[in-house]
Amino acid sequence: MELLGLPPATWLPVVFAGLMGVAILLYVILDGYDLGVGMLLGGAQDEGERDTMIASIGPFWDANETWLVLATGLLLVAFPMAHGVILGELYLPVMLMLVGLILRGVAFKFRTKMTPGSKLLWDRAFLGGSMLAALAQGWMLGSYVLGFQDSWAAHLFAAITALGLAVAYAFIGACWLVMKAEGDLQRRAAHWARAMLAFAALGLVAVSVATPLVSPPIFEKWFSLPNFMLLAPIPLVTAVTLVALWVALGRYPRPGDRWNWVPFAGAVAVFALAFQGLAFSFYPYVVPGSLTIWDAAAAPESLGVILAGSVFVLPMIVAYTAFSYWVFRGKAGELRY
Amino acid sequence: MQFAANITFHILFPTITIALGWMLLFMKLRFTWTRDGAWMELYRFWVKVFALTFSLGVVSGIVMSFQFGTNWPGFMNTVGNIAGPLLAYEIMTAFFLEAVFIGVMLFGHGRVPAWAHTIATALVAIGTTISAFWIMVLSSWMHTPADFEMRDGVAHATDWGAIIFNPSMPVRLAHMLLASGLTAAFLVAGFSAWRGLRGDRAPSVAKGLRLGVVTAALLIPVQIFVGDLHGLNTLEHQPAKVAAIEANWETRPNVPLVLFALPDEEARENRLEIGIPNGASLILKHHADGVVPGLNDFEGEHPPVAPVFWSFRVMVGVGMLMLLVSWAAAWRLWRRGEPGVWISCALVGMTFSGWVATISGWYVTEIGRQPWLVYGVLTTHEAASEVPASMIATTFLGYMAVYAFLLAAYVGTLYYLAGKGRKADVTVEGPGAVPARA
Repeated sequence: MELLGLPPATWLPVVFAGLMGVAILLYVILDGYDLGVGMLLGGAQDEGERDTMIASIGPFWDANETWLVLATGLLLVAFPMAHGVILGELYLPVMLMLVGLILRGVAFKFRTKMTPGSKLLWDRAFLGGSMLAALAQGWMLGSYVLGFQDSWAAHLFAAITALGLAVAYAFIGACWLVMKAEGDLQRRAAHWARAMLAFAALGLVAVSVATPLVSPPIFEKWFSLPNFMLLAPIPLVTAVTLVALWVALGRYPRPGDRWNWVPFAGAVAVFALAFQGLAFSFYPYVVPGSLTIWDAAAAPESLGVILAGSVFVLPMIVAYTAFSYWVFRGKAGELRY
Repeated sequence: MQFAANITFHILFPTITIALGWMLLFMKLRFTWTRDGAWMELYRFWVKVFALTFSLGVVSGIVMSFQFGTNWPGFMNTVGNIAGPLLAYEIMTAFFLEAVFIGVMLFGHGRVPAWAHTIATALVAIGTTISAFWIMVLSSWMHTPADFEMRDGVAHATDWGAIIFNPSMPVRLAHMLLASGLTAAFLVAGFSAWRGLRGDRAPSVAKGLRLGVVTAALLIPVQIFVGDLHGLNTLEHQPAKVAAIEANWETRPNVPLVLFALPDEEARENRLEIGIPNGASLILKHHADGVVPGLNDFEGEHPPVAPVFWSFRVMVGVGMLMLLVSWAAAWRLWRRGEPGVWISCALVGMTFSGWVATISGWYVTEIGRQPWLVYGVLTTHEAASEVPASMIATTFLGYMAVYAFLLAAYVGTLYYLAGKGRKADVTVEGPGAVPARA
């Protein structure tokens, strides 16, 4: 089937790159906040607060992690060559991330079912697992950005992005709590969000500056005319949003708990913008510097079969996900099963 | 190996959740119709087990989705065009459905109307079953690949309908779903019997026992019948596997059914063989003179004999025990209305028998396919990754430690939950517990 006069082998990979991008972005936002809440458990003052924090993500985390499965799945099925290369290069951090995800996944369920004495232990496992997963993902990001270089400086860069992403997750997690928590916890969540925002912004600047400097093609892309003028809004809008959030978070929670969703929405916007910037930097490469999406794509007839299904299924997924967020809107306090 | 260990671990949990989801729906519906609080109590106990089992399935499943790439790059490079869409459909049609509605199912009491909650329960059960459908499509296609063509060493699909409904798919799917039903049934019956033995006389415990026993007693004969069909199907498509199952070396008529033997691959014969004359010919060809293929026809291309031979006997042995115990228990429940100590003990002993049978059955079919990964298309060796063996060994040990720990914690938690019984339900759940609602 031709689209705009292009053969399927040309446009299908682009569509799938877009789908994968959306899946990754949704994953980073959705699991980002619940990993963030997991890390912020360290700041809870008692068991009651930990219960509330975990209850706030309880109905959602399963589905959130499914976006990771979809993103990896799409990479696997649409760009099998790239899947092998990327996961081969990232073998160790992927393993660490998986250990982290396993730990927190089971800790989440075991904590309410085991003897009361072991609950604190499982909560620590939840915190540790969340942190390990976040750091490992940040490490993967850094390593990917530099095209899997194996040098001292590259590892240092990856370590910085690991910290940066973990902090960014903690930031969006704190914003989530501003929306979902009440009273003292909500007040402190606003403080956490503000502190994390400062660090996350630093990390964002570091990555944004370092990426074009280490990669001439990316430098070329951003700083040539007319791209520079067209792209300037991305960093500008990001900067404005960050400053506005910083100012606003100082005044949370608002009287009557109005506008409690605004910080989270702002955080989502920042994540989306940063992701835009990254996506633009690398397109059309799926493995930086070596494989383009067309080199790595699976056979068009297979992609077509998947696309035909996803046109129907993805809107349904979005619809019932929205339904679930609507069902569990409001404060998290009383969620139990 | 690492992947095999992971699948072994992973398969344990979906096996329970597929059927337990339907049993939960049954409990919920019984409650809706009868208004009997005991059904709701039963539901609320087993929904916790379901949640725990489900999350273990999810996390081990995530690990698997990564290992496809890290450990088997050759697999996706060769048959990715076929396996890919099947996996993609599983994720899109099943995973999201389960993951979203399990949230509604677990936390939705009091937030959604009762009918919406029942629908959420149904959707979770449907989701787990769809997931089983796609994964069995892929698995059976790997055993009986159909309707593809090789171009430059890469498989391309020619007919998706025929790929999905490949020759061994219907029997494999039925066999797996029934295995799941039996596993869940014995789990429910076993824990109910255990609670009964400890003096828990709650009506919900008796209902659970009855549900488990009746389900098991109904499913086991069907499973034996489907298992026989599956065997005949395998004989048609993978004769080498059947030869290994029977430890039959020569192609000949009047083959005995070997009950016990120590297959010796070096000498290509069985030691200490005890068999029923003409048995294998009768079962496989339904005729005493039937010619059954032997391993020597497939020298160098047949699976390791002993593991397949023994796994099969474990599976069938457990199946026979299931038949015996479930029918004895059903008989006793029918005549006396309560199980009695002996039957209860037997049921407790059989609590995890479904796992034993499922895993040994899975070993039969997967080891039985060796040396092939995709039968006749791709060998396991060709598909394996070039990640240094030392690294795989290290991560393998790490995984094994994690899995052993999780399994112990899982089983321990189940007994802890069951031991708490209904009294503790109120105190531990605290004031946040939402009372059973109409």
